[in-house]
Amino acid sequence: MSEQTDFLSVRGLTKHYVQRGIGRRQTVHALDDVSFTVARGETVGLVGESGSGKTTIGRAILRLIEPTAGQVLLDGTDVTALSPRALRRFRKRMQYVFQDPYASLSPRMTIGEILTEGLVLQGVRGREKRRQMALDALASVDLPADALDRYAFEFSGGQRQRIGIARALVLEPELIVADEPVSALDVSVQAQTINLLRSLQQRNNLTMLFISHDLGVVEYVCDRIIVLFLGRIMEIASSETLLKAPRHPYTRALISAVPGLDPDADRSGQQVLQGDIPNPANPPSGCVFRTRCPHAIDRCAAEVPPLEEVEPGHFKACIRDV
Amino acid sequence: MPLSPMTEPMAAPPADAAPEPTLRVDGLKVGFGGSQTRLIAVEDISLHISPGRTLALVGESGSGKSVTSLAVIRLLAARGRIVSGRIALRDKAGAVRDLVELDEPALEAVRGNDLGMIFQEPMTSLNPVLTVGEQIAEPIRIHMGLSRRAAMQRAIEMLDRVGIPGAAERARQYPHEFSGGMRQRVTIAIALACDPVLLLADEPTTALDVTVQMQILNLLRSLQQQQGMAMLFVTHNFGVVAEIAHDVSVMYAGQIVEHGTVRQVLKTPRHPYTRGLLACVPQLGTASEHKKQATPLFSIPGMVPSLRDMPRGCRFAARCVHAEARCREATPALETTDTGNIARCIRWNEI
Ligand SMILES: Nc1ncnc2c1ncn2[C@@H]1O[C@H](COP(=O)(O)OP(=O)(O)OP(=O)(O)O)[C@@H](O)[C@H]1O
Ligand SMILES: Nc1ncnc2c1ncn2[C@@H]1O[C@H](COP(=O)(O)OP(=O)(O)OP(=O)(O)O)[C@@H](O)[C@H]1O
Ligand code: SF4
Ligand code: SF4
Ligand SMILES: [Mg+2]
Ligand SMILES: [Mg+2]
Repeated sequence: MSEQTDFLSVRGLTKHYVQRGIGRRQTVHALDDVSFTVARGETVGLVGESGSGKTTIGRAILRLIEPTAGQVLLDGTDVTALSPRALRRFRKRMQYVFQDPYASLSPRMTIGEILTEGLVLQGVRGREKRRQMALDALASVDLPADALDRYAFEFSGGQRQRIGIARALVLEPELIVADEPVSALDVSVQAQTINLLRSLQQRNNLTMLFISHDLGVVEYVCDRIIVLFLGRIMEIASSETLLKAPRHPYTRALISAVPGLDPDADRSGQQVLQGDIPNPANPPSGCVFRTRCPHAIDRCAAEVPPLEEVEPGHFKACIRDV
Repeated sequence: MPLSPMTEPMAAPPADAAPEPTLRVDGLKVGFGGSQTRLIAVEDISLHISPGRTLALVGESGSGKSVTSLAVIRLLAARGRIVSGRIALRDKAGAVRDLVELDEPALEAVRGNDLGMIFQEPMTSLNPVLTVGEQIAEPIRIHMGLSRRAAMQRAIEMLDRVGIPGAAERARQYPHEFSGGMRQRVTIAIALACDPVLLLADEPTTALDVTVQMQILNLLRSLQQQQGMAMLFVTHNFGVVAEIAHDVSVMYAGQIVEHGTVRQVLKTPRHPYTRGLLACVPQLGTASEHKKQATPLFSIPGMVPSLRDMPRGCRFAARCVHAEARCREATPALETTDTGNIARCIRWNEI
């Protein structure tokens, strides 16, 4: 992981939330010591089950929330150290696409207003120029120019999600964090949106962090995949390697739990994980996956397994070779 | 009354061997709104489910899956009405009754008793101020006439049966003390407490993580083998269909467009919509090939028509690559195809 080629570098990112329960304070470990890098033009997927910390990583990178510890470097700039003013200016280089195409677009603004709002905030001068930029962004997501004067409710779910993507693209960001952008969509519309994201990657040399709990979708969109469990990285590999030769027990269980389309598939080798995802306010000692891991041994409780490179570009956090 | 025995596990009976279905729906049509602006949400819905079998209703958002299943249990929203059709349920005693004809008190005696229900969001169907034991015991007392004590005993047995460790202690806890997957187990325990003949499950695993979803699907499958109930399973996920169902009906814009066994429909789909939907699903392990060949993922162009503006003839025509002028003339009938599937397409034989 050399410093020069890494466009985005996340180092030891940690986020704890202190919650006041009934009578006692609890510390929720949303993220613990997460480190990874992303090259310019690369799309990296963050997968993991609910509460694993995917959104927390995305928001902390854009500094929509303040991390408890750790650093985020984008193109050499330490985002975590920027003053509020500097951060505001820096924001246009990184944009967030939200999951819910219904809730994230204001019903009282036209699409044109939604798309140019960020441009005004970023001080882009000239109405005509802003309008042209909005038109370009609409065209890049295959929406017609007349959409500019219409309202969000006039569009279908898939079209709204494309408006959300256009809103992120209009500022010509270098990094996009897309948080479950296709999860609320039906499969036919989801497929259209996946194809759109893939063509945008190629055309604009975008760097993207793509968050999803759906491994099938992530495999289509991403070059590399990071698997999270309870706020920690379990495995990192290229999409192809991760799906074909996963090395971490959790990744294997996750893949095995995705129902395939073949009703005759042999289910005898299927791993069904026992138990629930542990409480992030009281994570297991050592390996956070150990309470559900079929391979856990005493030693797994003793210390947190380091994320080690098992093959070039393939990392796993598991002390056993199973 | 004795506790219902745990019956021997049994294999699902074949599709056509069971002449006496638990549920038979004929020509169901449901509308919303006043008589002036009545919108027809689903029409011409016919289906049947035999004991021990699972029928999946699958389709995209708004296709009418929930309206169909809510109509079956007569729980449509206030402005919804069954315009026509018959919903024949063979109850525990073996008597066949048309639920459309029943009044509310009679329906209440059926729901939670002959008919169990589970929905997508377990929290909305659980009462936050009652312990889970009390919530499972309540229908047992009402419908099976057990004493408070015996009902609680059976509630604990149900919690154990749905895989909740330490059932006796957990029965005294409240829903918020359970995780999402555990709550869904509780709603399953409530739904199955009175040994229903039909379990209706509307997207019961959609809000759950995949590893927990797999646990719940396995649980439902094994409970069905133990108790032998028929199941109507609503989902938009074909992978879940492959995992849980024996038969499947594919819905599009308020109609069933294809029906068959899971194997028939998933392996030899005959309706262009079913074919398209199956091709849209990103299948694990196939993306690398697509990327190497730079082929896009298949997608169905266009979108589902609005209820207010339903086209004449085949409702899928605007998105169908095989559409011809005659497709738009009249609603295609459901036809039996070469593979035994039933498809609502006049061109199934040519494409
Ligand atoms: N504001 C907050 N206060 C307290 N805890 C929080 C807060 N935000 C997130 N958390 C907790 O941090 C953990 C990680 O949450 P996060 O939203 O990042 O998960 P996620 O992987 O995005 O999950 P999902 O798939 O459900 O969106 C969870 O346990 C969550 O409950
Ligand atoms: N209470 C209602 N009033 C008016 N229209 C309704 C009502 N409930 C449902 N509809 C309409 O009926 C149609 C079918 O809805 P239904 O909820 O059955 O879809 P679904 O297949 O369950 O979709 P989803 O996958 O989103 O749950 C939709 O067009 C919906 O807008
Ligand atoms: S470290 Fe131990 S518990 Fe964790 S994944 Fe490896 S074997 Fe399982
Ligand atoms: S009837 Fe015509 S339009 Fe409809 S699905 Fe068949 S070929 Fe397509
Ligand atoms: Mg999230
Ligand atoms: Mg529904």
